[in-house]
Amino acid sequence: MHIFTDLFHVILATIWDVLPIAAIIFGFQLFVLRKAMPNLKKILMGFLLVLLGLAFFLEGLEAALFPLGKLMATQLTNLDFILQGAAESTLNWWHYKWVYLFAFAIGFATTIAEPSLLAVAIKANQVSAGSISIWGLRIAVAIGVAIGIALGVFRIVTGTPLYWYIITGYVFVVIQTFFAPRLIIALAYDSGGVTTSTVTVPLVAALGLGLSTTVPGRSPLLDGFGLIAFASLFPIMSVMVYAQISEWVSKRNKDKPTQ
Amino acid sequence: MNSFKAIIKSLLDSLRDLLPIIGVITFFQLFVLQQPIPNFTEIAIGILFVVMGLTLFVHGLNMGLFPVGENMAYAFAKKGSLFWLLVFAFSLGFGTTVAEPALIAVAKEASHVAAVGGMILDTDESRMSYAFGLRITVAVSVGFAILVGVLRIIKGWPIQYLIITGYIGVVIMTFFAPEEIIGIAYDSGGVTTSTITVPLVTALGVGLASSIKGRNPMIDGFGLIAFASLTPMIFVMGYGMVV
Repeated sequence: MHIFTDLFHVILATIWDVLPIAAIIFGFQLFVLRKAMPNLKKILMGFLLVLLGLAFFLEGLEAALFPLGKLMATQLTNLDFILQGAAESTLNWWHYKWVYLFAFAIGFATTIAEPSLLAVAIKANQVSAGSISIWGLRIAVAIGVAIGIALGVFRIVTGTPLYWYIITGYVFVVIQTFFAPRLIIALAYDSGGVTTSTVTVPLVAALGLGLSTTVPGRSPLLDGFGLIAFASLFPIMSVMVYAQISEWVSKRNKDKPTQ
Repeated sequence: MNSFKAIIKSLLDSLRDLLPIIGVITFFQLFVLQQPIPNFTEIAIGILFVVMGLTLFVHGLNMGLFPVGENMAYAFAKKGSLFWLLVFAFSLGFGTTVAEPALIAVAKEASHVAAVGGMILDTDESRMSYAFGLRITVAVSVGFAILVGVLRIIKGWPIQYLIITGYIGVVIMTFFAPEEIIGIAYDSGGVTTSTITVPLVTALGVGLASSIKGRNPMIDGFGLIAFASLTPMIFVMGYGMVV
């Protein structure tokens, strides 16, 4: 089974990725801080687990989900599938309904499985002493990514300029910032950056490439980009909405007994 | 026996994290595209790998990456040298980004766009030097971002003013940058932060905020990733204008 030989290569590649990070950390530890790291053995063990974990994770995705997901992205955006026998001249944005649904669903699903989001959610849960729930944050971010990618797909289909959407999004984020609970703001901004990594990027890139190749009048080089930008912007908004809703709910629950 | 139970539980947790993707792909394959699922055993083994990988990752996170970020934050706070802390922040941002596979892929893609758009010559050599320059640009911008982010934690500056300034920077650059580069620039913000960098940098920020008096780890500790996903957008558009 070539999955096992591939795994070996992925482990080597992961080690290669981690080397600069390890060099910086241990370099500073030895030459600048000049102190032994506490629990060094346990930490090295932890690094090893992270390495192995990522390698298994990536190889598993590469073997099981990415080929099917990428093929699916190409098939769903194929004009024959989109038109279902209708004439090409009648093509409008609604013909792409399955693509929007796929974009929404895959955006949500890949974000839930994203390891770096899980890491940030665990940390936020610890720091907030449990008031931010791991699942609450992950679902809020996943909904943001889902909406973002669906809208990004709509943009590629309609061919409207990317910066209209992004700048409008910025305006919304700025307005929301003034109304959101102060504790959530930094975390919300962070969740924009953590959503798109190992799982989401390859599948979303395949979707963007498939669409921009098949939609008449689009070029994969110029229109294929931008989905990641959507996926990094919308979680900021959805996390702030999540915080506002939870604040509102806890306030209402607090008010109730006194009435 | 207890640790065995704990392992089973964390494997089940990882499987649950994966269920949405499996569900979405199965639904679209069987009901929308109406095709059978190919290579069933290969897929089953792959899913097993993903579940195992995620479980190992989460354990390693709590044993290795989080403690390292926190320990370094405490050690730097104790040492009290702002200079070395900032050097560390910059190196961490630069070092983790410059070799990032996702960035290498995006830079290569960008060099094709630049060649098609007539911004550079369409030869292997000029494309490669363009891609390399772009990688260095993004890595410097992430180093700069972590540096500013750490400085912000130390000084206790409110994050929103810095981020809004960044947004204004992005908007201004958008009007001057060549149109072909805008999509890549916007995307480059999202791809720079890898799965290993995120936990490390988050733990560093939270650790710093908890070891400095008067800082709240929730308000001041988060936000480093936000800077790291904003500055590449500005720098890449700048690169597109200069080159």
